[in-house]
Amino acid sequence: MESKISISNLDFFYGKAQALFDITLEIPERQIVAFIGPSGCGKSTFLRTLNRMNDTIPIASVTGTVMIDGEDIYKAGTDVVALRRKVGMVFQKSNPFPKSIFDNVAYGIRINGIHTSKADLAARVQKALADAALWDEVKDRLTTSAFGLSGGQQQRLCIARALAVQPEVILMDEPASALDPIATQKIEELVVELKREYTIVIVTHNMQQAARVSDKTAFFMLGKLIEYNPTQKMFTNPDEKLTEDYITGRFG
Amino acid sequence: MANTEQSVHRKRRIVNSLMTILTAACAVFATSILLFIISYIAIQGFSSLSFQFLTDTPKPVGEGGGIGNAIVGSAMMTALAVVLGLPVGIAAGVYLAEYGKNWFGNIVRFVADTLIGIPSIIIGIFIYTLVVMPMGRQSGLAGGLALAIIMLPIVARTTEEMIRLVPNSMREGALALGAPQWRVSWNIVLPAAASGIATGAMLAIARITGETAPLLFTALNSRFYNFFYDQPMSSLTVQIYNYATGPFEVEHAMAWAATLILVGLILVINIFVRFLTRKKF
Amino acid sequence: MAQTGAIGDKIFRTILLLAAASILLIVVAIFYMMVQNSLPTLERFGIGFLTGSEWRPAQEEFGALPFIYGTLVSSLIALVLAVPISLGIAIFLVEQAPIKIARPIAFMVELLAAIPSVVYGLWGIFVLAPFIRNHLGVFLQDYLGWLPFFQGRLTGIGMLTAGIILALMITPIITAVVRDVLEAVPTTQREAALALGATKWETTTIVLGNAASGIAGAVVLGLGRAIGETMAVTMVIGNSPQISASLFEPANTIASLLAANFAEATDRIYLSALIEIGLVLFLVTFVVNALAKLLIMSVGGNSSSSKHV
Repeated sequence: MESKISISNLDFFYGKAQALFDITLEIPERQIVAFIGPSGCGKSTFLRTLNRMNDTIPIASVTGTVMIDGEDIYKAGTDVVALRRKVGMVFQKSNPFPKSIFDNVAYGIRINGIHTSKADLAARVQKALADAALWDEVKDRLTTSAFGLSGGQQQRLCIARALAVQPEVILMDEPASALDPIATQKIEELVVELKREYTIVIVTHNMQQAARVSDKTAFFMLGKLIEYNPTQKMFTNPDEKLTEDYITGRFG
Repeated sequence: MANTEQSVHRKRRIVNSLMTILTAACAVFATSILLFIISYIAIQGFSSLSFQFLTDTPKPVGEGGGIGNAIVGSAMMTALAVVLGLPVGIAAGVYLAEYGKNWFGNIVRFVADTLIGIPSIIIGIFIYTLVVMPMGRQSGLAGGLALAIIMLPIVARTTEEMIRLVPNSMREGALALGAPQWRVSWNIVLPAAASGIATGAMLAIARITGETAPLLFTALNSRFYNFFYDQPMSSLTVQIYNYATGPFEVEHAMAWAATLILVGLILVINIFVRFLTRKKF
Repeated sequence: MAQTGAIGDKIFRTILLLAAASILLIVVAIFYMMVQNSLPTLERFGIGFLTGSEWRPAQEEFGALPFIYGTLVSSLIALVLAVPISLGIAIFLVEQAPIKIARPIAFMVELLAAIPSVVYGLWGIFVLAPFIRNHLGVFLQDYLGWLPFFQGRLTGIGMLTAGIILALMITPIITAVVRDVLEAVPTTQREAALALGATKWETTTIVLGNAASGIAGAVVLGLGRAIGETMAVTMVIGNSPQISASLFEPANTIASLLAANFAEATDRIYLSALIEIGLVLFLVTFVVNALAKLLIMSVGGNSSSSKHV
């Protein structure tokens, strides 16, 4: 299987405090990789190194390499804006812009100048909303404010917004943690659906979720990668004692 | 398609850099203006500053003169404003923070903020009708009262903000010991917020020391040393105004020298407060 | 049985309540005293006071229009100049500059607000007015002289000078409020835009969209200050009650009229006219400030203007 992202010897620091230790990991193309681990273990921090979102923290620093399609994204002169277009992100709490539903999805298309005409823009918005399984629910109120949607709908809108710029990778930082079970189920179905076109990395604190949706799972603890294996194996016959303890709920 | 996207991308980068430069230019512009004004005052002011200037009273043009009585007048009126405005302002602030989560508190808060924005010359007119007209003359009392009214809402709102910073656990700790509410506010909360309130008060004092408009027709001016609140009183700011708008070069020079004293004082207070709060928070 | 300390509580609370109520009392008293003392002209001239364009105290003729005009135009000049610059500074401080640079610059901009009005006036008379007379005004007449705004005699004293001074004075106030409302915009909005591949500037436009009504509040607050600013304006505007299209001509504002003439107004009707025009200023600034506060509150920015005095 082809690797989409390969991370090697990655260390991450907040100022002097080290938050990630020597992480090496391959993320295969068009698969779902889940990051699990107790809170504070660095899984979200790690996720955010993959689209250099941590650049927004002034004291953060990174060593090691993150190669996406063979290109080191931490190389000097990397176009971070272009990188983030290629590596989309969905956040823990839905964060629609104070605009209409349509304009939220159209935002990334417009700033990147992806569309060729107005009709093309509308088609792309429709496709993104359809891919995010939201089109049927919002097609009659595209011009109304995004804040009128329910929590689950807002999150799917944010997914649609990320899909609209045609990324190749989608990072999801606990995308369902603020949602009720029914909305969560819809997001999970959607994530599995999206695998056909996208490489997906999902951080979750919910182990059943990881087991249900992912192909491979990585277990983190205290900033270290403890184990990385196919999900099936991870949840039935893990290599590491720590992993087993965590999955069976024996600590914490 | 790839081509148009690339050109869009280039354009976006250019716009981005351009806006970064533009916003930085705005910041550089504003700070340069400040530095220019301050250094201009320093250069102009120092050239006519002397000990005699600081102690003399205004004299007919050509015979020297100074701002001694103006310094005394400003100090006396500011002191009166502090004595009247500070306790009332702090009390109002404590009310807003500790009891003010109701409709009355909301109205007071709203009106206080609006009062802060009302032109100070309006306060001057108010005191003129309330104090000067019945007394039949302008006075240091009227000037001090006008400054107290300007100070009051500022002190009230900063006090409220400072008290809100006191952690609730401190209140609960005292209440759990069986202290009545007023003792908690008076003995625990107020001392905990004291340094914050003091810095707020200092900024308010800096502000009223620079006020001119409310003094123009309440305290008026005086060419002599005056130590009585029932008489017209000189102030640094009104004296600067008179010197600045006078026809003679020597008056203008004295205006710059007096400005150096006034702005120096205000800047020292502001920088001092900045230094204090920086260490604390 | 009474609770321990109940009496103490009651006394303490009553004292505080009276202090808080004094703020309301002052505002009501200002309104009452000004209405009372402007009754002579209120009754004699009615609405004509506001629409008349002649101001001749000696002939007991009082038309406030030139002052209203001067107040509005000088404030508008100030806003046109100050709003873009203030937005630029605030965006630079919140969105662009690293904290080490942002902090000292923010402090220096705040210091601009600490300089007293009379000092701006002094600086205006001896630095800005000559600059406009010898450089800026000449430049504007050379290149834009065909516009009615830039015709007439160049003295350096007049509407434009007042507007520029006002712009300098309200810039730190608008900047401070815009900074507050920008800082109140949740980081998730910035991250969402960045994650879509938005540039820093494009992210900023999203942040500005979030903060729109707060920014409007900041502008309105700046307008309120410009309308009421007194000493600096009275020293550079020329104090001439005329309505002229040219920004080089002297003009007058309500506040500067009061500053320059109130002390000399001895007869009853003249005093009444001045107090009535002061009443207009009071009501206008009260409404403008209230509006600003409502707008700023609506975005959850720090609504207290005590920080921005």
